[in-house]
Amino acid sequence: MSAYLSIRNLDVRLKGGGPILRRVSLNVSAGQVHGLVGESGAGKSMIGKAVLGTLPRALAITGGEIWLDGVNLETLPAAERRKRIGVTAALIPQDPLTALNPSKRIGPQITRRLVDILGWSKADALARALELLAEVHIPDPARVMRTYPHELSGGMRQRILIASAFAAEPKLIIADEPTTALDVTVQKQILRLIKDMQQRHGTALLFVTHDLGVVSKVCDSLAVLYAGKVVEEARMRRFFTRPIHPYSAALLAATPTYTNPDGSLMPVPQSVIDRVETEVAQHDVRAGG
Amino acid sequence: MRDARGEIKRPIGLRLWLSGGWLSLLALTAICAPLIAPHDPLAQDLFLGRLPPFWEGGTEPGYWLGTDSLGRDVLSRILFGARLALIVALVAGTLTCLIGATLGLVAGYYRGWPDRIISRFVDIWMAFPPVLFAILLIAVLGPGLFSIIIAIVVIDWTRFARVIRAEAMGQGAMDYVASAQVAGRTRFGTMLTEILPNVLPTIIALLTLEMGIAVIVEAILSFVNLSISTDSPTWGGMIAEGRTSVHQAWWVLVFPLITLFLTVLSFSQLGEGLKDRFDPVLR
Repeated sequence: MSAYLSIRNLDVRLKGGGPILRRVSLNVSAGQVHGLVGESGAGKSMIGKAVLGTLPRALAITGGEIWLDGVNLETLPAAERRKRIGVTAALIPQDPLTALNPSKRIGPQITRRLVDILGWSKADALARALELLAEVHIPDPARVMRTYPHELSGGMRQRILIASAFAAEPKLIIADEPTTALDVTVQKQILRLIKDMQQRHGTALLFVTHDLGVVSKVCDSLAVLYAGKVVEEARMRRFFTRPIHPYSAALLAATPTYTNPDGSLMPVPQSVIDRVETEVAQHDVRAGG
Repeated sequence: MRDARGEIKRPIGLRLWLSGGWLSLLALTAICAPLIAPHDPLAQDLFLGRLPPFWEGGTEPGYWLGTDSLGRDVLSRILFGARLALIVALVAGTLTCLIGATLGLVAGYYRGWPDRIISRFVDIWMAFPPVLFAILLIAVLGPGLFSIIIAIVVIDWTRFARVIRAEAMGQGAMDYVASAQVAGRTRFGTMLTEILPNVLPTIIALLTLEMGIAVIVEAILSFVNLSISTDSPTWGGMIAEGRTSVHQAWWVLVFPLITLFLTVLSFSQLGEGLKDRFDPVLR
């Protein structure tokens, strides 16, 4: 099983400031779903952004390699890197409300990708877009293609974004907390849809979330992130039965369950946090920063 | 109401009707001024000086809005003044918009050093008192239509640059911009296809507002005798002349003033109305 996306010792720093990602290494195999969990500010989203080349301006990659489909992206010139990402990868964003251009109809926003990336004709792209919208269970796709984003609900928009992410048949999709901004009732449908689409298209998926419940439903393997450092990377089954790192174990223990809703809601113990903090500090000393 | 494509159609509001109507009327009369003006706007006749408007006693037929102290027909002068006012509004407004909006768009979207340079420029620019700046410019360039247009562009581009920069900055932070870039679009391409359409409603509103401001600036400059040559009829010039004889002949001051007021008001209302119609969320 070869890794389709392989991140090796990736360092991202605030320009003129401290580290955001600390020698992050992780592998996403072709056709597999790799979860990326961690608390707010752990740098989960930044990994995805570093790969896609959409890091905020204040951040910069300062070391490490990102291999995508056998090519080290960091050695490519900017224009070529962008092209390569466009052909091989796509993004399912967190907030469907800001991820569609409000001044354009839905149709052109999907077909544009096909025309841009694959060089398709307008007519072909249009036919494919209709197909895709039907595939993500949007009723009356022809009508939806003519609407503006604000006329649609959040769930509908997220379906459209999923359709548009799969449109050009990328080999890798990065889903950045794709259900966080949605209603709980819609979340489940969207998760199932993403998983369905991923399996049907055989796409590798890097699934960023802070919800271990979601991870257990969707992912094949996962990495746990703390303060920009991967503390554990594991196959799903092993992680949920025998987590190695105490922080992982504490995270698992902190997940509430239906069987014991009151007693099971416990925070990550301070001793565990102290331990990861020490590890991160030692790492920084070793790295000389 | 929905049209054939199933889209909601909104009736054109009263605001758009009134402002658009007044401006169309003005444009029409400005274009046809030589045909419809009852008199030569420059013809003086001292025997017909300070004739009151038509509804008062002691008028001559044909001088609808009266004459000024030199016996020139007020209505004809307003009509010919509209030509200058509208030329200045259109040309100066559009140029200001093009320059200011482009700089604002680049600064707000690219950030980094283009933003630093443009923003510092705007800061420095805005520290000059605008009217004095215009007077200084005209003094250097010499009076004339061209100088007035240049002066307005030079003074007012900062208004566009500031507002559009802020808008572009807000839009640039949206996820759909990131998505466009992930799809392999260049930064410049993204700016044109993703950012520009979303700041366009604001640009249009600012543009019409700017046209109104251009009319006012032109009037101010005419008022201080720095506009076109003194014998071409301008609203500002008429107001300046009317001011000196307001107790004997109020109409020389009041009619150009009302025209000016309605025109500037119409421009700003037109902008607001158009902005609503161009904004897909409000449409």
